[in-house]
Order: sequence, then C-alpha cells, then structure tokens
Amino acid sequence: MGIETAGAAAVPRRSQRRFKQVREVIDALRHGTRRNTRRLAAKREVKQLSDWKDQVEVMVHHGKISVPYSWTVGSTLSKWYVLMRDKGEIWANRCPSCGKVYVPPKIKCNDCYKDMNDWVKLPGTGILESYTVVHYSEPVIQPQEPPIIYGLVKMDGADTAMVHLMGEVEPEQLMVGMRVEAVMSEEREANIFDIRYFRPSAGGEA
Amino acid sequence: MERVAIIGAAQTKYERNKPDTFAEMIYEVVSKALEDAGITIKEVDNVVSVSSDFWDGRTISSMAISDASGAFGKDITTVEGDGTFGALYGMMRILSGSFGCTVVCAHHKGTESNMRGITNTAFDPLVERRLGLDSINSAALQARRYMSKWGVWEEQFARVSVKNHGNAMRNPLAMLPMEITVDDVMASRKLADPLKLLDCSPVTDGAAALILAAERNAKKWTTNKKRVWMKGVGHCSDAFRLGDRDLADTRALKQAAKKAYAMAGISDPLKEIDVAEICDAFSYMELMWLEGLGFCDDGMGAEFVERGHADFDGALPVNPSGGRLSAHPVQVAGLAAMAECVLQVRGEAGERQVDGVETALAHGINGMCGQAHCVWILGK
Ligand SMILES: [Zn+2]
Repeated sequence: MGIETAGAAAVPRRSQRRFKQVREVIDALRHGTRRNTRRLAAKREVKQLSDWKDQVEVMVHHGKISVPYSWTVGSTLSKWYVLMRDKGEIWANRCPSCGKVYVPPKIKCNDCYKDMNDWVKLPGTGILESYTVVHYSEPVIQPQEPPIIYGLVKMDGADTAMVHLMGEVEPEQLMVGMRVEAVMSEEREANIFDIRYFRPSAGGEA
Repeated sequence: MERVAIIGAAQTKYERNKPDTFAEMIYEVVSKALEDAGITIKEVDNVVSVSSDFWDGRTISSMAISDASGAFGKDITTVEGDGTFGALYGMMRILSGSFGCTVVCAHHKGTESNMRGITNTAFDPLVERRLGLDSINSAALQARRYMSKWGVWEEQFARVSVKNHGNAMRNPLAMLPMEITVDDVMASRKLADPLKLLDCSPVTDGAAALILAAERNAKKWTTNKKRVWMKGVGHCSDAFRLGDRDLADTRALKQAAKKAYAMAGISDPLKEIDVAEICDAFSYMELMWLEGLGFCDDGMGAEFVERGHADFDGALPVNPSGGRLSAHPVQVAGLAAMAECVLQVRGEAGERQVDGVETALAHGINGMCGQAHCVWILGK
C-alpha cells in the first residue's frame, strides 16, 4: 500500500492585481502620521477582506492514492464464475416466489427478498436491448482501446439484462433488438472476461 | 406535525478549477446562508454535510469540513449522495424534536480528479467495473433504451441542452451559459453514442448550503418573505444493477413523486407547480424525469419540451437556472436545485425569476442512471 504525494508543483492561478493599493498602504505605513496610517489601514482592512485574495498566487499540489484491494467474490458469484471457467457455460438463478430469472445471479430477488437457490443454465443467446459506442479514451478504466462497444443484452431464459462488450460487429451494423450470442474466452480465469464478448448471431433481428 | 422552513440559502459560483479548497467553499456558503437567514452560527444546533470521500480523495471527508460548516462543538452527521437526500435527513432531524436549526451543506470539486475513473468505482468490482463502465457510457445505454422504447430522437435530446444552456445566460452562478442551436449539439464531439459533448453535464466545482429551521424558530427569526416551507418530500430507490432495472422505466421516481405530492397535497402537478429544477445530468434525463414526475405521460417528455412547455416562459419553466447541463457539482446538484427554488419562491431569483412562483419542485438523483430519486415541494 502506498499513498504517494508528488512534490508540490507551483501552478499560479491568479495574477497579481491591485498591487497599487498594497503599495499605498505600505507607503502610508512608512510615511504617514500615526493617526492617518491607522485610518488608512483600517479602511483598507475592510476592503482587504475581499481584496487580498486577488493578489494570491494560489498553489496546486498534485498527488495520487494507490491502495490495493482483494475483494471476495462470495458464494453466489463464485459459483457463477466457476461454472463459466470450468464448463464455459452461463448460468442464472431463479426466484422461488415470483419465478424471475437473474443473470448475473443474485442472492435474493429484488421484488420478493427470497433466497434464490434454483440455478438454471442459459443457452448463451439473447437480444440486444441497448448499446453504445464509446469514442473517448480513459486508459485508467477501459479494458481496450476505443472505440469500445457496450451492449445491454437480455439473454434468452433470463428476465434481467447484462452489460458486456460487443465484438465481431461494426458500429453501423448495431441495432436494438438484434439477436446476439456470447463468445466465451479460450483462457478462462473465473471473472467477467470469461465471456469474451457478445456478437451478432444467426437469426438477425428478433 | 410541526413544519420545517428553509430560512437561508447560498451557493458559490460554479467554475472549473475553482481556486478554493473544500473548506473555503463551505465557509463561504455557510457564512452567506447564515447572513441570508439573519441568524448567527449560535442559533444552529446541528449540521448535515454532504460529500463523497472518493471525489475528495480522502476518508471521512465530512470531518475535514466540519469546522468550516460551523459544526465545532455541535452535532454533525453526513450523507454520501445527492444534496436533496442531505436536506431530507436535515428535515427529519428537526421533525424528530431533537433539533431546532440545521445547516445542510454540500461540496464538490470534480475538476480536481478523474471523473470517469471515479464514477467507474460506483460499479460492482466483481462484475461491471472491469468492463470500464462509467457515468457517461452507462447513461448512453439508458439514453438509447429510452429512445427505442418511445421513439425519441437525438435532436429531441439536443433541444433540452439548447434550452438549459440558454437559461444559464440569466444565471451569474452558472458555468456554461451558451446560446447554441440543436445543430451545435448534434455536431458536438461524440462521447458515447447517442450522447455527444453537449448532451452531457460538465465537470464542475462548487458548494451550496441551506439553513433549515423548526416552525417555532423560523417564525421567531425571520420574516414571512424569507421563509420557504418544506411542504412535501419523497424518495425511492430502484435496483443497483443496470440490467436488473428497465432503464427506460421511471418507477422509482414515480414513487418518490407520489409521496412528495401526497405530503404537499398536490393532485395536478402541472397546474399546481410553478417552476421545477430537475436533474439534467444528461439532456435525455430531463425528458424522462418530466414523465416520472407526472408533468406528462410516459414517452411524451420530448414533445412537452418541443412544444415549449418547459421554456422559461412556458407552462412549467424547467431548470431556469441552466440546470446541471450548465454546472454539475455532483453531490451539490440537488441542494443547488433547492437553493434555486428558494430564490424562486421568495421572488429573489434576479434575471432568472419566473413570474408568480408560489410552489416549486426540486429533484435530485443518486446512483448511476437515476437509481434513486428525491423530490421536494417547496412553497410559500
Ligand atoms: Zn421474486
């Protein structure tokens, strides 16, 4: 773990202004009589409440916080990922009360708050409910170079949708409602990239 | 039930690279809000601060501004989320009978860090976070889902951006006052289809504060003109995971609005509400939330705006401040919306004053794609 603070780099944000006014006060302090110095200083003091800020060279200190984490995946998602890694299959779980099927699986149904212990295997196909083509680059978070296509996929046999990458498709071919299928990664490590991406499948538009 | 009034409100100017620290911004807004209320910090008996540790780059970010908020020697508690939720907590503290005067303050400096990096950490590290989702690309998925469900076009989103940036021309606190056209929005840089630069709110720095008082104190300390009553409030949350919700559905907002309207005794929101400050973090959101708030039917938000109903001189002026599209200090956003409504109800909104405001609506969201909503009805 390391919290590093880079050296303070000076970045001036405000240029010096009203220099003349400061000069006046200094001159008065130097040369004025005790009485008018006080009066002038008092007068300036009232103005200075807002004025002195205009003369400050405001500094900026740069820093970076890097703290590692090790998040447990828990029993529900671990089961999901292990099935994906070992069998190359996408599973979901079902609410015993309302029958809603969740993928990725959840511990309890949102609507019923009942434990979901029924696991069902999904065929890996579905419908593209929404998509976006990301044009900006943000290497800190992005898994690949832009443009990146994300799809919101409603998988066959599930009642929820899943966000993932889209592949083997050009942006202009994308269409809401088109049939898609999951492409599994060759090397699987029990994480979300065990699904490589979703691609258009035979059958075209639903 | 005793009522709660907002007796003081203040905001900083919203800017990029603001040269003030978190504490300096909070000192500024709390001092101005106290002055606005005509009371001193001695009358305040508790503080609710609103901030986000990750945005601030420190833990317990609320404690770092506690002196600035005037909480020294007092009770302070914190909300990590939108300012509207902080105000709700502040009101509840007074209604509990334990407190008589609450400062609610919020601060945010988006330009000091990496917006996409930070909003990415809002997603589950076990599932979506590694895909690179953030506030913009997730909003883009919502925008397209909404478009395809109701047959809305990108040009109709653009119309919101044109209106709100234009409104900002009347607000000296706004960051992006601009006279632009639908074509300008359409031609702006593509960020995440269908969202373009001018469909998205800017990364902004700023702070806001409200002073809430129990009815007995509000009547003792302030004139009738200064008091704006918290007439109704409702909040509601939808599922955390994007795919567990229908992104084009506004059921959480409908619930929140229903509660707020019931509490305020409002049966016909379009008739009874005179002005609204609604979360337009992205242009399309204003259309969706107009529907969720019951100002028009589902899928009719675009037409409502296209017909000019939401214009400054329309049936329901929406975001006369310029909205979040013209300045989006994330956690502050909803509190800023409330501060704007306070000015509108008092008739002190200057150039952006809407005629004859008796009742105003302020709305804030929390979580990606409007997972949770808070709706306020403020009035005379
Ligand atoms: Zn259920």
